[in-house]
Amino acid sequence: MRPLLGYLDALGPQAQTILPLTWFTLGVSVAVCVIIAWLLWVAVRRARANGGALETRAVPIERGANGINWIRTGLVISAIPLLITLVWTMVAIASISRPRQHTELAIDVTPYQWWWQASYPGQEPTESFTTANEIHIPTGVPVLMRLHGGDVIHSFWVPKLAGKTDVIPGQTNLAWLQANQPGRFRGQCSEYCGAQHAGMGFEVVAESPADFEQWRAAQLAIAPPPSTPAQQRGAGLIVYRCGLCHQVRGTAARALSAPDLTHVMSRRTLAAGRLINNPGNLAGWIEDPQDIKPGTLMPNQYLNARELSDVQAYLELLK
Amino acid sequence: MNNDTAVAQPRDLPVGPLGRAGLGWFGVGTLVATEAALFSYLLFAYYYTGAAAAPGWLLEPHPVLKLALPNTILLLASSGAAWYGERGVLTWRRRQALIGLGCALVMGTAFAVVQYFEWRSKTFSLGTSSYASLYFVTTGFHMAHVVVGILVLAAIFGWTALDYFSPRRRLVVSAGVVYWHFVDVVWLFVFTTYYITPYLGFGK
Amino acid sequence: MRAADLRTPAIGIDSVEHQARLLRLWETAPGLKGFFGTVDHKRIGIRYIVTAFVFLVLGGLEALVMRLQLAGPNLSLLTPEQYDQLFSTHGMTMIFLYASPILSGFSNYLWPLLLGSRDMAFPRLNALSYWIYLAAGIFLYVGFLTGNGPNDGWFNYVPYATRDYNPGLNEDFYSLGMVLLGISVTVGAANFIVTAMRTRAPGMSINRLPILVWGTLTASAANLIVVPAVSLAFFLLWMDRQFGTHFYEPAGGGQPLLWQHLFWIFGHPWVYAIVLPAMGMVSDGLPVFCRRPLVGYAFVAMSTVATMILGFGVWVHHMFATGLPGLGLSFFSGASIAITVPSAVAVFAWLATIWLGRPVITTAFLYFSSMIILFVIGGVSGFMTASVPVDWQLTDTYFVVAHLHYVLIGINVFPVVGAVYFWFPKMTGRMLDERLGRWNFWIMFIGFNLAFLPMHLTGLFGMPRRVYTYADNMGWNTLNLITSIGSFVFAIGVLLLFVNVVRGLRSGARAGANPWDGPTLEWSVPSPPPAYNFAVIPTVTSLHPLWDARLSPSATASSLDRGMLLEQGKETIGTTSLDATPDMLLEIPGDTVAPFWVALGASGTFVGLLLKNWGLVSVGVVVTALAVLAWLWPRRALGEREVAS
Repeated sequence: MRPLLGYLDALGPQAQTILPLTWFTLGVSVAVCVIIAWLLWVAVRRARANGGALETRAVPIERGANGINWIRTGLVISAIPLLITLVWTMVAIASISRPRQHTELAIDVTPYQWWWQASYPGQEPTESFTTANEIHIPTGVPVLMRLHGGDVIHSFWVPKLAGKTDVIPGQTNLAWLQANQPGRFRGQCSEYCGAQHAGMGFEVVAESPADFEQWRAAQLAIAPPPSTPAQQRGAGLIVYRCGLCHQVRGTAARALSAPDLTHVMSRRTLAAGRLINNPGNLAGWIEDPQDIKPGTLMPNQYLNARELSDVQAYLELLK
Repeated sequence: MNNDTAVAQPRDLPVGPLGRAGLGWFGVGTLVATEAALFSYLLFAYYYTGAAAAPGWLLEPHPVLKLALPNTILLLASSGAAWYGERGVLTWRRRQALIGLGCALVMGTAFAVVQYFEWRSKTFSLGTSSYASLYFVTTGFHMAHVVVGILVLAAIFGWTALDYFSPRRRLVVSAGVVYWHFVDVVWLFVFTTYYITPYLGFGK
Repeated sequence: MRAADLRTPAIGIDSVEHQARLLRLWETAPGLKGFFGTVDHKRIGIRYIVTAFVFLVLGGLEALVMRLQLAGPNLSLLTPEQYDQLFSTHGMTMIFLYASPILSGFSNYLWPLLLGSRDMAFPRLNALSYWIYLAAGIFLYVGFLTGNGPNDGWFNYVPYATRDYNPGLNEDFYSLGMVLLGISVTVGAANFIVTAMRTRAPGMSINRLPILVWGTLTASAANLIVVPAVSLAFFLLWMDRQFGTHFYEPAGGGQPLLWQHLFWIFGHPWVYAIVLPAMGMVSDGLPVFCRRPLVGYAFVAMSTVATMILGFGVWVHHMFATGLPGLGLSFFSGASIAITVPSAVAVFAWLATIWLGRPVITTAFLYFSSMIILFVIGGVSGFMTASVPVDWQLTDTYFVVAHLHYVLIGINVFPVVGAVYFWFPKMTGRMLDERLGRWNFWIMFIGFNLAFLPMHLTGLFGMPRRVYTYADNMGWNTLNLITSIGSFVFAIGVLLLFVNVVRGLRSGARAGANPWDGPTLEWSVPSPPPAYNFAVIPTVTSLHPLWDARLSPSATASSLDRGMLLEQGKETIGTTSLDATPDMLLEIPGDTVAPFWVALGASGTFVGLLLKNWGLVSVGVVVTALAVLAWLWPRRALGEREVAS
């Protein structure tokens, strides 16, 4: 099983540029440790005595050999991998700082405590939409991420695709991602940002360009109207309770301080990667978010059983 | 085996600090070094913030020099007075010492008073913007050092009046005056940064 | 010049009457006056060491609780807020309240003995630096123990540290406590610098200084210049939080990255300051157990300074992911790679000293030699993070946590424990038990590596730092469990050190002046040393005064038995900076409670600032000012004013 956030497997060009340098420096490091450990071991094994003060005093003092060559040799040998690393580093920085081709798609990512807002701008407002915690990209092309600072410093990291870029309030940092093949790539906030820093994950979903366009078109659609009575009651609760923070396009729930829920059921996870999106988890999250992510900014809703099932009935429409 | 031992046998060593040769001189040197570093970081904060700031960051694109420039000259003059007073101690002229140190004390206090009015004349306050915060906190730090310097000058004035010192025994006077000169030099840097560099185009 | 202004010091040898006279002049008074007023560097040094070890234990307990929480996935032993305060307080405690003060303590105790002097250059300032350290430590822990501990990590980034996101007192305790602590570090640094430059034994030219002196001197010079950066950073944070300024907050034109620059301009030199003196202890102690001088003394001394100088130019490597331009990234990456070169000099010197010497395995030797491999492991993981693209994956993961613990525990804690075994006999007149020492060493060594070696892998598998828990399916379960177990084993090892110390104090074998047959001046005085250190001021002619006769029989030997008596008052010899030629007699102040009052006044001021109680602030400032006035009041005995005519 490959660790979800491990970066020893690289599935995009940036990660693939970084990985060989990582192996090289790791290899040099391990080699150095082994050599030094061996030298130390052999040196100590030549010990004349073992004990305490008496044994120490019993071995006479001698000036011994000069030994400067050890330092000279050590420095010269160390310099070689250091130089190689330096040059390789500069080449790698130049290679991955900017995408190699023009980026068609740009996504505005704004992290907040403790979720990720992703806005896909279009030419017109009707061609733009916002989603949260699950960022879709087409495979095979570089996608620009405009990282806007929201509240505190967070860090945007999708290890299998690229290195980290911090997101700092007051400035917009640019990052780019490219996936070679379709797949789901786990991301994680990588700069301590408060109580639920540990719970601030996300997913990057790479799809073929055709699938991506299909997904984008579906995301643009507004929420369908409720049909059953349960759904209608649920819709009402959504607008008047959830709408204080959340947005569901096509309804009167228009607040922007929490994830956009218009297509929440199309996402694989909930709560910034903390839960798999299934009815049981969804109910648990709505009922008692503080239990699952203590400190999260979503307060407990104290819904009764019927209200909860009505809400879920409506949410089922938001695919 | 060589039976010689090298025993240091110095003759006629000064007992305690004579003139400027004493540990206190090095001590005030380390104080100056660390405080100079502090002001360097304050000025770094100004240049860093200003370089990254949006246009209009300077709340006074043409800083008013009406109070600040004469005040700077006053502070420089007070350093001159302090130097004159220290020379009085060095040449065993107690009267000169008291006049010089006393004038430095008065001029330093006057600087502080004028600076207070300079602050009052500003249209912005501590919380107005990052520029305002930097201005008041930097000049405020300087002012705190001026106040300490005034207390130091007052102490050495008092001790001189009590006839404690002579050309040989007076390290604390020299140390205190050096501190005052340091406060002066810092002001030159602060003044140039806040009052002159806008005219040279920084922060526009 | 008046006759009384100059004196030719009498030369002679020790005698019982001479010792009695010196004791009357130098010994600290018993009782409360002595306790609060002592300026004896040995007593102050031991206070520093004991206090620092108390904080080590506190920080260690914090870590153990954290490791219980992280031993498995989804545990709920701690709430996120509790965990966040624990990891932040753990970092703050270890880096600020243990790692530097422990080295200050050993340096304080040892320097005058190593340098052939009777005390530090500024004994009263020495006392002040301890009292303020104690006050700052108490101040910070009152915060922690009242649920207001730091909670944003030890490097405390904004905006999370600002009032909008952190409304409680946590960050105010941390900010003000750090400014207070900064005063202690700064005055301590000033003391070390002037002591090294001006109060050495005649003949101890600059190329005859023990490496511990080089290490602490370098660290002190650095601290003098960079501590103001962090004090300023915290002060500006406190201003933003309490007075509505806009230094860091973008809406008002502030810059969050200003915090990071100011902090790391301090922070990076700081981490060298907390290892270079410890490396010096290894450089001075290891050769004793190899029965030969250190290989490459000059290289090691120069590399100490070079490491520190380069250390000023690498701070941005803590900020590689913040979106800086490529040219800056390359420069700081290059400097960070380059700094491995001077730091490696010491490693090769130590290896050569063991290989070309005749090593005797004692507990102290085990600590001093094992740190070499721990140093290298920490060094290479640092080398990996020096490469920007690699760092973009490694940073803020447990790989860095592994790195920092290898460098801090490997290059600070292990040498410090070795130093305890090495110098305990000198400080107390008793030996520590070697058998228990071996258990101490092996359990610490195995426990430490069990805890932290797997952590490199945890980091390569992507576990981020500062997470209070982790999900079951991330692939980190087993690694975390091993680390948690290892940390407890390590803790047991550390406990054995304290057991050995207590046993040693009660019933350790008596130690003479030079149990290890060491070369430097501290081994020429009794164990423990008398209050005046040296009955006669030694004159040195080499790096190894006590080995002179054996290493260079034909050269002029150092003079240990015959020298300046300096018994006319409480005095020691002042010498020139490079050649250590005697050039003045230094009159040393006696016990005084002024430093204690200054510390008390400063503490009151800071408590007042925390509570925004301006009355208390005023009282504190007045007390401090009056105590400083009393301290600096010119005294005839110290040569600060004329004798009445």
